Amino acid sequence: MSQTQMQTSSRAAATAAAPTLEVRDLQTHFFTRAGVVKAVDGVSFTVGRGKVLGLVGESGSGKTVTGFSILGLVDAPGRIVGGEILFHGQNLARLKEEEMRQLRGNRIAMIFQDPMMTLNPVLRVDTQMIETVLAHTKVSKEEARQRARDTLGMVGIPSPDERLKSYPHQFSGGMRQRVAIAIALLHRPELIVADEPTTALDVTIQAQILAEVQKLCAETGTAMIWVTHDLSVVAGLADDIAVMYAGRVVERGAVSEVLDQPLHPYTHGLIGSVPSRNKRGEKLRQIPGMTPSLLSLPPGCAFRTRCPRAQEDCARDPALSELLPGRLARCFHPHVATHGSAVQGSVTQGSPA
Amino acid sequence: MSTTSTVRSAASVAAGEAAAPIIELRNVSKRFSKKLDFAGKIAQKLGAPVKDETVHAVDGVDLVVRKGEVVGLVGESGCGKSTLGRMVAGIMPASGGEIFWHGRPLNSLSGAEARHAKLQTQMIFQDPYASLNPRMRVADIVGEAPLVHGLTRRAEWDAYVDNQMRRAGLDPAFKRRYPHQFSGGQRQRIGIARALAVQPEFIVCDEAVAALDVSIQAQILNLFMELRQELNLTYLFISHDLGVVEHLSDRVVIMYLGRVVEEAPAEEIFARANHPYTQALLAEVPRIEARKKSFAGIKGEIPSPLAPPPGCHFHPRCPHAFDRCRVERPALKEIAPGHKSACHLNDKVA
Amino acid sequence: MSASTASPAATTPARAPKVETPWRRFVSEFCESKLALAGLIVFAIIVFIAIFAPWLSPQNPYDLAQLDIMDGRLEPGARDGADTMTYWLGTDDQGRDMLSGIMYGLRISLLVGAGSAIIACAVGASLGLLAAYAGGRTDTVIMRLVDLQLSFPTILAALMILAFLGKGIFNVVIALVIVEWAYYARTVRGTALVERRREYIEAAQCLALPTRRVIFRHLLPNCLPPLIVVATMQIARAIALEATLSFLGLGVPITEPSLGLLISNGYEYMLSGKYWISFYPGIALLITIVSINLVGDQMRDVLNPRLKK
Repeated sequence: MSQTQMQTSSRAAATAAAPTLEVRDLQTHFFTRAGVVKAVDGVSFTVGRGKVLGLVGESGSGKTVTGFSILGLVDAPGRIVGGEILFHGQNLARLKEEEMRQLRGNRIAMIFQDPMMTLNPVLRVDTQMIETVLAHTKVSKEEARQRARDTLGMVGIPSPDERLKSYPHQFSGGMRQRVAIAIALLHRPELIVADEPTTALDVTIQAQILAEVQKLCAETGTAMIWVTHDLSVVAGLADDIAVMYAGRVVERGAVSEVLDQPLHPYTHGLIGSVPSRNKRGEKLRQIPGMTPSLLSLPPGCAFRTRCPRAQEDCARDPALSELLPGRLARCFHPHVATHGSAVQGSVTQGSPA
Repeated sequence: MSTTSTVRSAASVAAGEAAAPIIELRNVSKRFSKKLDFAGKIAQKLGAPVKDETVHAVDGVDLVVRKGEVVGLVGESGCGKSTLGRMVAGIMPASGGEIFWHGRPLNSLSGAEARHAKLQTQMIFQDPYASLNPRMRVADIVGEAPLVHGLTRRAEWDAYVDNQMRRAGLDPAFKRRYPHQFSGGQRQRIGIARALAVQPEFIVCDEAVAALDVSIQAQILNLFMELRQELNLTYLFISHDLGVVEHLSDRVVIMYLGRVVEEAPAEEIFARANHPYTQALLAEVPRIEARKKSFAGIKGEIPSPLAPPPGCHFHPRCPHAFDRCRVERPALKEIAPGHKSACHLNDKVA
Repeated sequence: MSASTASPAATTPARAPKVETPWRRFVSEFCESKLALAGLIVFAIIVFIAIFAPWLSPQNPYDLAQLDIMDGRLEPGARDGADTMTYWLGTDDQGRDMLSGIMYGLRISLLVGAGSAIIACAVGASLGLLAAYAGGRTDTVIMRLVDLQLSFPTILAALMILAFLGKGIFNVVIALVIVEWAYYARTVRGTALVERRREYIEAAQCLALPTRRVIFRHLLPNCLPPLIVVATMQIARAIALEATLSFLGLGVPITEPSLGLLISNGYEYMLSGKYWISFYPGIALLITIVSINLVGDQMRDVLNPRLKK
C-alpha cells in the first residue's frame, strides 16, 4: 500500500470539516549514548473540533513523547526528525521556538499528570493565572482576574474568589489538577493535550474531572488528545482511539469499534488483559513477554515476538492501512471480523478512495 | 439464601465459612500523632491556635481472613487500607484493639512464635522499584532471609534460590543481576519470589499491580492465582482498582476514611452494594464496556483524615444523608448473610 | 516446572546481556567529565608520590645527618655544597631540599587528611544511622550534639583540642575527627531517614531479619553515595585544616614537617625575596586540594539521584 493511498483513505474517513490537528508520520528520536531511541517512529492521527482522541499505550510506547512533540516540548537529546504536525494546516514541527511559544498556552495547551508541572509552588494561584492571561492577551489586570475566576468556576472549584488567593499546596490533589486544567483553559485553546491527568487521582475524583472535561469539550469545541494507559477511561471518554506500541500507532478508529472488535493482535491482547473483561476467578488473557527495548527492536512488526498470530511475513514492516471503513491497523494478520466479512482480503485490496 | 451460593471457586468452597481464621482484627486502630515541640508548647501557652495533631489512619476496624480465602480491601487514598495491611503483616504495631494470629493474641506470642507468625505473613509491595534493595543482587534479595532463618543451608542455597525464582516465573540465570536491570513486571516477580522464599501461608498484597502496565498486570494477577492453587495461599489483596479486586477476591471489604463501611462476598457486593459510598464507587469506576458514558461524580472531596467529619464519615458527600448521620457513627451490621454494612439508612428502612 | 512458566518470554533480559553493575555505571558516568578525570589522575600521581617518597626523593629531609645548614635558603636549581645534587626547588633555612620536603610533607598531609576522614566517617556514619533508625530521644541527643559541634568555629575547636592534647600527628588526627564527625552524622542521618521509609526496608522487617542486619546490610549501603561525596570533600578540608594548624604551630612536630609547616617555615623569608620556601609547598597543597575537590564535585553529580535524568 502506498503512502498516498493511505493518506487519501484516512482523509476520506475524517469528517468533511478540516481537523483541528493532523499528525502525519511523526518521528521523534532520542540520540543517547547507548544509541538512537526511536521513541516515536511514524505516528499519524487526526483530531477534529470538539472531539476527544484517546492515545493509548503502555509505558515506553511513545504516547507521552508524541504529546510533548505536538507542543514542541521535546528536549535534547531528543528531536523531531520527520513528519508533520498540522495545526489548522500550519506545520508545528517547522515552527521557530518563539512562534511555538506564542501558540503554546494560548491556542494549544497541555495538562500534565503531575499538576505541579504547571503550578509554581511559591506563587499564589491568582498571580500565576493572571500572568498566564497577560502573557497572550492585552487586557487590564482586573479583566484578567475576572477571567481567572470564571475559569476556576468552570472547572468546578467552589468559591473561586477565595481559592484564587491560595497557594498550590493548600489544594488537594484533585483540586490542584483542576487548577492546572483551569490554567490550560484560560485562553480557550483549540487543542488540549492531556497526559494521564487523572492517573494519580482517586476513582471518585477522577470521575468528577472526567465529567468537567467532557462538558468543556462539548461546550467549547476544544479538541483533546487524552494520553493514557487506561483503556477503561478512554472507553468512557473518547470518540476515537489510537493504540501505540513501540513508537508506532498500531491501530486507529472509533472507540466503540476498536474496543468491540479489535483488529490488531496487540489491541486484542490489551483488551483481554483488563480484568473486568474476563470471567471472575478465571485466568486473564495475558500478552506473553514484555515491551521490547526501543534500542533493540526486532525488524518488521515490533509486536511479532509476542504475537500469537505472527507468521514469517511479519519480519517485513506492515503499514498502517485501512482494513475496514474508518478502521486502520498496522498488521498483516489482523483478527477476522466476527461478522464474517473478509477482513483478511482487504489488507491487500486497500480501500476505495 | 445459602451462604455457599456466594462462594465460587473450588478453593473457597473447601475453605467455606467454617475455615479457621488465619488472622483476626478486633476493633483495631492506628493513630499517628504529631506532638507539639517545645516552641509549639510555648506558642500554645501564649494562646496560639496550635495543638497536637492526631490522625486516625485506622479507626476501630474488625477484619477476619480465613484460610484459603482471597479478601479484597478497597478504598481511596487516605482510607487507611495500606496502614491496615501493614498492621496485618506485622510491620506496624496497632495503637488500639487486638490482632489474633490463628486465634491467639499476637502480642502474647513468645519471641520464636512471633517470628514464625511474622514469617508466615509476607507482603508484596506497590512500588516494584522502591521495594527491592538496589544494592543487592537478586539471589541475595531472594535468598537472604531463608538462610538467616535456617530454611535452607549454604550448600543447598543456590538450588533453593533457583527454585524460588522459577516459581515466580524468573529465569535463575539472572540471579547475579541487580534490580535496576529488570523491568517493572520482572521486579514484581522478584518481590514475589522474595516473599515466597520464606514459605508463608498468608500474603498481603498492597496495590501489588497498580504500578504495572495492563498487559504485565494480567501476567502478575495470573501468577497470583496459580500460586494460590499451587501453595494453598491466603491473600489480603489491597487495591483501589475495583476491576482487579472483583476479578480476584472471594470477599470484599470497602474502607472509607479509616473505617470499614461495607463487607460482603464479591458477587454480592458487585450485584447489591448497600452503602451509598460503595454504590458511588461502583458507579464511577471506568469500565471498558461503558462507551461515551457521562461521568457524574459524587460531590465533594475526600475529607482530610486530620479532621474527619463527625458521625458517618461519608455524610457530607452522601446524597441520602439525614440528621442522624451527622452525629452518630453507624455500626457495621449484618444486613444479609455474610453481608455487612455501616449505614443508618438500613435502620430507617427497617 | 509449574504452570507459572506459561510466561517464558517474561524472563528475557531487560537490557543488553552485558552485566551492568552499579560500579561500572558509576565509572562510565564519572569519566564523562574530562576535568574530573584529570583531577583523579593528578590525585593518583600525588598519592603515588606520597607513598613512594622515600624511593623517589633525592634526600631524606627527616634525616638531620643528611642536611647541611650551609645549604640553607638556596635558590631553585642551585647545586649543593659538595656538588652532588641539584636543589630543583631550592632549600629551606635548614638546608632541606624543598622537593624532598614537599614529597614527605605530602605523606604527612595525606595521612592526616585521609586518616581523620576515615575515622570521622566511621564514627559519624554509625551515630547518624543510629539516630535515624532509633529516632526519638537517641535521635535528639545525637543531633543536638551535632548542632553543638557545628556551631563552634572549626579552627577554634581544633586549636582548643590541640592545646589540651599537645602536638603530634596522632593528636592532630584526633582533633580533626572530633571537629568533623558531625558532618558525616548529619549527612547519613538525612539520607537514612529517607531510605528507611522505603519499601525495601519494610520488606526486610517483614522477613524478620535482625535489626543489626537491616541497618548495616540494607540501610547503610544505600546511604553510601552522599557519604562518599562528603568524605572526599572532607579529606580536602582536613588537609587544609591540618596545614592551617601546622602553620599556626600547633600541628605536627617540626622534625617531620607537613606541607603546612613547610609553608610556615618559609613565611618569614617571603618578603626578603626567598619566595620558594613557602611558595612551592603552597602550590603542592593547592594542587592536592583542587584535584580532590574536582573528583568530589563529579562524584556528587554522578551519585546524586536528583540530578539524574
